[in-house]
Amino acid sequence: MNDFNKNVNLSNLQKSDFERLVKMNMKKAYYIALGFLGSHDLAMDASQEAFIKAYKNFKKFDKNKNFFTWYYKILKNHCLNVIRSIKNKKEDSYIEIKTDSENPLYNIELKEQIKLLENALKKLSFEKREIIILKEFEYKSYNEISELLDIPVGSVMSRLFYARKELGKILKKELL
Amino acid sequence: MIERTFCLIEKYIEGDLTQKELVEFEEILLKSPELKKEIEEQKRVKEVLSKMKLKNPSKEVWDGYWLGIYNRLERGLAWIAISLGLLVIFGYSSYEAVQSIINDTHTPQFVKISFGVFFFGLLVLIWSLLREKFKTSKNDKYKEIQR
Repeated sequence: MNDFNKNVNLSNLQKSDFERLVKMNMKKAYYIALGFLGSHDLAMDASQEAFIKAYKNFKKFDKNKNFFTWYYKILKNHCLNVIRSIKNKKEDSYIEIKTDSENPLYNIELKEQIKLLENALKKLSFEKREIIILKEFEYKSYNEISELLDIPVGSVMSRLFYARKELGKILKKELL
Repeated sequence: MIERTFCLIEKYIEGDLTQKELVEFEEILLKSPELKKEIEEQKRVKEVLSKMKLKNPSKEVWDGYWLGIYNRLERGLAWIAISLGLLVIFGYSSYEAVQSIINDTHTPQFVKISFGVFFFGLLVLIWSLLREKFKTSKNDKYKEIQR
C-alpha cells in the first residue's frame, strides 16, 4: 500500500475508513477547488461532491496508487463541469493577504492587488490557472504536480513559465 | 526553448541555482536580453503571488465537512429507495388501471386497442433508451471523463 494511504484499509473500504481518507485530504481538496472555482461555497460543494463520486467509484481505484492523485482527477473534472455551469455568476473574494502589515496604506494597496489578481486568474485558461494554483498557492513540488497532472517534470516547468508569462501580461498594465 | 532552460529559469525564480548553474544561466541571458526581461517580470509576478494565500475557512467549516459528505451519501440512498418504491407503486397502479379498462365490457374496443398500442410504444421506447445507454457506457472509452 502506498505511503500516502497508510492507516486506511483500502481493500475493504468501510465508511469509517473513507471518513479518515476524507479528513486526511479535505483541506488540500478544498483549496484546490477554491483556486479553480473562486468561491468558498462552490469549492466546498465541489470538493465534497468529488469525494462522494470517489466513494461510489472506489472499486475503480488502484489501491497501490496515491488516493489523492486519483481523487484529483475526479475533482478537476467536477470543477470543469461546475465552471461551465456557473459562467457569469458573481464570485466572492477568495484570496487574502498572508500577513497584514502595520502600514494600513500598504494593506489597502495589497487588497487592490488581490482584486486584480483574482480577475487576472479568472482570465487564464484552466490549464494555466491550475498550475499556478498548485505551485503558488498549494506549494506543491514539481514532482507532485507532475504526478497530479500526469505530465513530465519538464512540462510542469514549461507550463509554469507560460502560465506566469500570461498572468504577468494580464497584470502588467494595472499592477506592476 | 529547451527543457534545460525552463529548469534553470524555475530554479532561478525559486532562488535555488547553484554557482555552476548560475554561470550557465547568465550565459543564456547574455545571449537573450528578451528572455532576461521576461524573467524579471516573472520574478515580480512571483513576488506578488508570494504575498497572498487562499482564504482559510473557519474551524467549524472543517468540523462539518465530513458530516456534509455523510449526509449526502445517506440522502442519495434515500432517493434511490424512494425512486424504487415509486416505480413499483406506479407500475402496479398502471397495471391495475389497464386491467380494469380491458376487463370493462362497457369500454369501446378501439379504446382498448389504443391502450395496447400506447403501452407497446412505451415499451419499445424504454427498451431503445436502455439499449442505447447500455451500449454507450460499454463502448465509451472516456466514460470516466465528465464532459
